[in-house]
Amino acid sequence: MATQILMPALSPTMTEGKLARWLKKVGDDVRAGDVIAEIETDKATMEIEAVDEGKLARILVEEGAEGVAVNTPIAELSVNGESVSAPVVMQATPAAAAVVVAPTQPAAEASQPDKDWGETKPTTVREALRDAMALEMRRDPDVFLLGEEVAQYQGAYKISQGLLEEFGPRRVIDTPITEHGFTGMAVGAALTGLRPIVEFMTFNFSMQAMDQIINSAAKTLYMSGGQMGCPIVFRGPNGAASRVGAQHSQCFASWYAHVPGLKVVAPWSSADAKGLLRAAIRDPNPVVFLENEILYGQTFDCPVDDEFVLPIGKAKIERVGGHVTIVAFSIMVGVAMKAAEALSKLGIEAEVVNLRSLRPLDTETVVESVKKTNRLVTVEEGWPYAGIGAEVAMRVIESAFDWLDAPPVRVHGADVPLPYAANLEKLALPQPEWVVDAVKKIV
Amino acid sequence: MAQAAETKKRGKVKEPAVDRDQLLKAYRSMLLIRRFEEKAGQLYGMGLIGGFCHLYIGQEAVVVGMQMAIGEGDQVITSYRDHGHMLACGMEARGVMAELTGREGGYSRGKGGSMHMFSKERNFYGGHGIVGAQVSLGTGLGFSNWYRGSDRVSLTYFGEGASNQGQVFESFNLASLMKLPVVFIIENNKYGMGTSVDRASASKDLSRNGLPWGMPSLQVDGMDVLAVREAAEQAVAACRSGKGPFLLEAKTYRYRGHSMSDPARYRTREEVQQMRSQHDCIENARHRLEAMGVEEAAFKAIDDEVKAIIQDSADFAQTSPEPALSELWTDVLLPDSVVGG
Repeated sequence: MATQILMPALSPTMTEGKLARWLKKVGDDVRAGDVIAEIETDKATMEIEAVDEGKLARILVEEGAEGVAVNTPIAELSVNGESVSAPVVMQATPAAAAVVVAPTQPAAEASQPDKDWGETKPTTVREALRDAMALEMRRDPDVFLLGEEVAQYQGAYKISQGLLEEFGPRRVIDTPITEHGFTGMAVGAALTGLRPIVEFMTFNFSMQAMDQIINSAAKTLYMSGGQMGCPIVFRGPNGAASRVGAQHSQCFASWYAHVPGLKVVAPWSSADAKGLLRAAIRDPNPVVFLENEILYGQTFDCPVDDEFVLPIGKAKIERVGGHVTIVAFSIMVGVAMKAAEALSKLGIEAEVVNLRSLRPLDTETVVESVKKTNRLVTVEEGWPYAGIGAEVAMRVIESAFDWLDAPPVRVHGADVPLPYAANLEKLALPQPEWVVDAVKKIV
Repeated sequence: MAQAAETKKRGKVKEPAVDRDQLLKAYRSMLLIRRFEEKAGQLYGMGLIGGFCHLYIGQEAVVVGMQMAIGEGDQVITSYRDHGHMLACGMEARGVMAELTGREGGYSRGKGGSMHMFSKERNFYGGHGIVGAQVSLGTGLGFSNWYRGSDRVSLTYFGEGASNQGQVFESFNLASLMKLPVVFIIENNKYGMGTSVDRASASKDLSRNGLPWGMPSLQVDGMDVLAVREAAEQAVAACRSGKGPFLLEAKTYRYRGHSMSDPARYRTREEVQQMRSQHDCIENARHRLEAMGVEEAAFKAIDDEVKAIIQDSADFAQTSPEPALSELWTDVLLPDSVVGG
């Protein structure tokens, strides 16, 4: 009887990985607990241990294979001393076959508030963030990165890959797990004019440090009558990842956007990530930079120009349409784009506005779009109560009430702590169909 | 950490060297703070100062003694009981008093108040209203010195009440781990608002609170300006030489309530009276100076000069106009200079 060994999921968001190395060969005896192979995920290289005992009968995925989907059989164990047959090696999928997520509407047809930055190349959001930090650290010796696992471990989500090597331990600093303390320390350093980038392993942990972010970073400029600014970036993954439960799945967009003295940015694409992070690092004010773990591995075209930077406070029209305005940010821009595609098949052309920045909010771009489409749907992953959707809808009502042909509709995460069960989790997070349904209500 | 415990015991063994001019200067500094605070108390009573106002009366020797041990470029940060620290840092009495009255001439142009004043020029980093928050911020000032490779030192003050805050211990760990030049100063005035230190800290000797991190420490009589200076010199020298942080506990006493609205019923009148009559830092310094032959006329000259400064600051704080209404909207964000698409 043969037992199949499957490609394991080694992180909440892992869908595929690289089979880096086999540590056992065909014919070897394997005991439960033996390390049999190394697997590289987008975050780390992990060892996999055998759960069953037996002889390694066949290796189904060769060493070095990239893009091996979770749950693919990678080897077989013969349990009862059955004969070992010649290995059948499955050819690995080349990494280049990874799905490229890009705006569905051709760039030429989209309204282009952005300057044309010329040549682009496919870049993951992860690379874009790393590149942004590296470029700014080269440009300004006062910029440094600190946080948990940012240096030797290369980042819990591998965002800071290679930075320790290039910039050394003075500028890429591993901290103990002490968010309140290291955030306060970084804010203190920023008050002297240094430019720290604080990485929160996830924004959930920023709650430990919120007093320093709000009371110290956001308010000191005002309280000092303009004497003492705080040029600092707080960044890390925000919102739900996948199956990590209520304490690790929360959107802080409306929490931080509530606070005068902060800027709040939420990128979607690689270009957003790179251009806006560079702007955030250069900004003389404290900037909360909300990333998304699920987007880290997604690939988008990103300008290669070394000077590429995007202004904070400007939204981007990702898709042009005349029937309804869908306003979204971060990962929900992708959801909105998928919904827009589906709607297009029904003859409804949606205009998708990627907010990019939540504070300041680009009210003008949203209002101009609504004046054209006369309908508004907002999409956010977080809770509805006092949320970003509520803010956007109110601003539209204040500025373009007479242009609205229907009440604005909010699409948002369910107003509950996020559940763990797969079916319930799916039920709690906005899906493209929810957006389609919301649009159908008012078009 | 036997070594640190021994260091602590050595806190007062060395009789402080007495330099007449330095002591006179310290006497003047302490008197300036005392008279300033008394005036602030008066103006508060007159309704000219609003909100919270925490007076430093009784504790003057701590900041003045510490200040004697530092130099140009060293940073200072403290809590909300901050008027004395600002004056000791060389900030002008007028600007501080006008901030207390919420006027345009105040250090924060009236937008910060008693607890929130800063001076980049004097390396004073506030003035922080959240108990304990300044301790991690002060660690960041030390970090900045470390990052820039300068030999400057951060003096980070907090009360014994704040010493129980989690982020204080986080800061001890970070500063010790990274060997940051931070002198942590616990101003132990015995009461965190109305709760005596015995009721708040299981740790009975706060100068030992740095021991788990191997932080050297000293406990010092915070009512004796020269003893504070002596301890401060040791602490600052250790920090400056790259040995990492140092913890000082200054045992002191505040004569007034926690804030203006505190009737201080948690302690007896006799306790306060005993401290005032037997341990007052200004009287102590005066007796020493008299023994050194300083004459009445010299004290009188200092008294007159201080009085004049305080009167001027009080006048200025009442005549400086309230901030322009447009100030409501300024200083929320600095203009950014990013040129983008």
